[in-house]
Amino acid sequence: MPIQYYIALSVCLFCIGIVGVLTRRNVIIIFMCIELMLNSVNLLLVAFSKMYNAPAFAANPASTVGIDGQLFVFFIMVVAAAEVSVGLAIIVMMYRNTHSIDVNFLNRLKN
Amino acid sequence: MNAIILSAVWGVIMMFSSILFKNKGAFKYIAAIGLIVLTVANIANTYGCDFFNINTHEMLRYTRFGLFFNTIAFLCTLIYVLLSGKEIEKHGNYVAEYYALIFFVLCGVSILTSFNNLLMLFLGIEILSIPLYILTGSDKRNLKGNEAALKYFLMGSFSTGLMLMGIALIYGGTGSFQIDVVRSATLFGTFSGISFLEVAGLLFMLVAMAFKVSAAPFHFWTPDVYDGAPTVFTSFMATVVKAAAFIAFIKLFEVRIADTSAVINWGMLLSLLIIATLLIGNITAVFQQSVKRMLAYSSIAQAGFMLFAVFSLNDFAKEGLILYAVAYSLATIGSFAILAKMKDITFEGFNGLAKSHPVLAATNTIFLLSLAGIPLTAGFFAKYYMLASVVKTGHYLWLVILGVLFAAVSVYYYFRVIQAMYFKEGDAQAEDVTPGFKIGLIIVAALIILVGIYPQVVLNWLYF
Repeated sequence: MPIQYYIALSVCLFCIGIVGVLTRRNVIIIFMCIELMLNSVNLLLVAFSKMYNAPAFAANPASTVGIDGQLFVFFIMVVAAAEVSVGLAIIVMMYRNTHSIDVNFLNRLKN
Repeated sequence: MNAIILSAVWGVIMMFSSILFKNKGAFKYIAAIGLIVLTVANIANTYGCDFFNINTHEMLRYTRFGLFFNTIAFLCTLIYVLLSGKEIEKHGNYVAEYYALIFFVLCGVSILTSFNNLLMLFLGIEILSIPLYILTGSDKRNLKGNEAALKYFLMGSFSTGLMLMGIALIYGGTGSFQIDVVRSATLFGTFSGISFLEVAGLLFMLVAMAFKVSAAPFHFWTPDVYDGAPTVFTSFMATVVKAAAFIAFIKLFEVRIADTSAVINWGMLLSLLIIATLLIGNITAVFQQSVKRMLAYSSIAQAGFMLFAVFSLNDFAKEGLILYAVAYSLATIGSFAILAKMKDITFEGFNGLAKSHPVLAATNTIFLLSLAGIPLTAGFFAKYYMLASVVKTGHYLWLVILGVLFAAVSVYYYFRVIQAMYFKEGDAQAEDVTPGFKIGLIIVAALIILVGIYPQVVLNWLYF
């Protein structure tokens, strides 16, 4: 498949993520949308990595051109996991105090 | 490599030290020893003595500029720990862990000052941010603290998502994560020799970095987070961390702006960002009632001044950024340390502080004068170098005039505090302070005046 399809798909997923973050009120759903953004980036990186690898692969099947894109994906996964562990802890901490996970509750600092 | 490895190791040492020592007061000294070790190791690295010989395949590159900033960050943290250590101890039962998180943040700082690869930029930003989310929410029972932590976390991970999209697009355009890659190699989706994917990626990176350094119009999380977080940790967030984000910003755009300037007018884009930041930061700060919130908005305004360095990207800009980091960090750490001692943090709470606590009032005056950029303080030369760097580029001179005008606006809200301390009647309530704290404040104020008279004492270290 041409690379354009992959780019279009991941840009669509990324936009769904951004719109979700900006419009939804539930913290867990906002969080899922952020994960969606990160995963669309993963998809894009793998697609680009394959794109750079394809001509080199045809010449030499053992070529490592473009492998850094796929390596980056692993780093994103690891960091996202670390971020989730901290983020969920913060959400639990807020739930214990307010018994709600709605971001509309978060207006004490406004005035 | 010294700074990165030792700061991570010392963070682990701090975590384990809570098993060995039961006395809360001990951790401050362990952290101070760690910071001195880090500073010495980093200076050794600057003069060519690297303890760890690791081949990073050019993913990290050590420059004089980056290493010298590390030294400044470690020394500022040392001053911060010595001044505000008591506040951290008062804060809860997990004192050693707070220090450990501060060391992990410093590990992120030292990666950010030496990255040469977008992967390292990403890891550095994350290692810097994740401990800060925890520190922001460290006051678990306080609803404002919870709210600030959640906001910071959501905004931080959102901007990380934007930055990753930028990195992926840059990779798609150039086929490499190195920031100084030879551009002739493989370009994808080119338009008159410049990859439009790369340009789109750079725009995403610009937005993400603007989020991190709290430049308008991506600043809206800053006042809430700085206000809600415990005052001690706000002081750390607003100084060392912010300056490090600027170092990363300038390193990232140093090469790329010149490369892509044929298709996109970076000068106009950045000057709009600067004007919006200066305008929103300064004008909103005027209307604040709480000094803590005023300092939060003023940190947005100061970020506008630091953006001048990203705009002009010449030698003056780098010197100016170093000087700005020193002047701004010292003054902010000092005035937050005083703020943490106050019972009432509104402007009225400072009424008559000069009568009850003359030393606090006098040193706070010097810190605020430095933040406002009055001559004979470090803040004056910091602002001067920033404006001079723009003058040196020869374009956008109206930006300099606007910068001076906004600096004049900032004098108003800084002087409101000074006026409250000296010229208003009242009984300002401050906690009892130890003589050591007072001596610390006087030393910081003396440093500010010293740098304000001889900025070369700092800048010479960049070259010799």
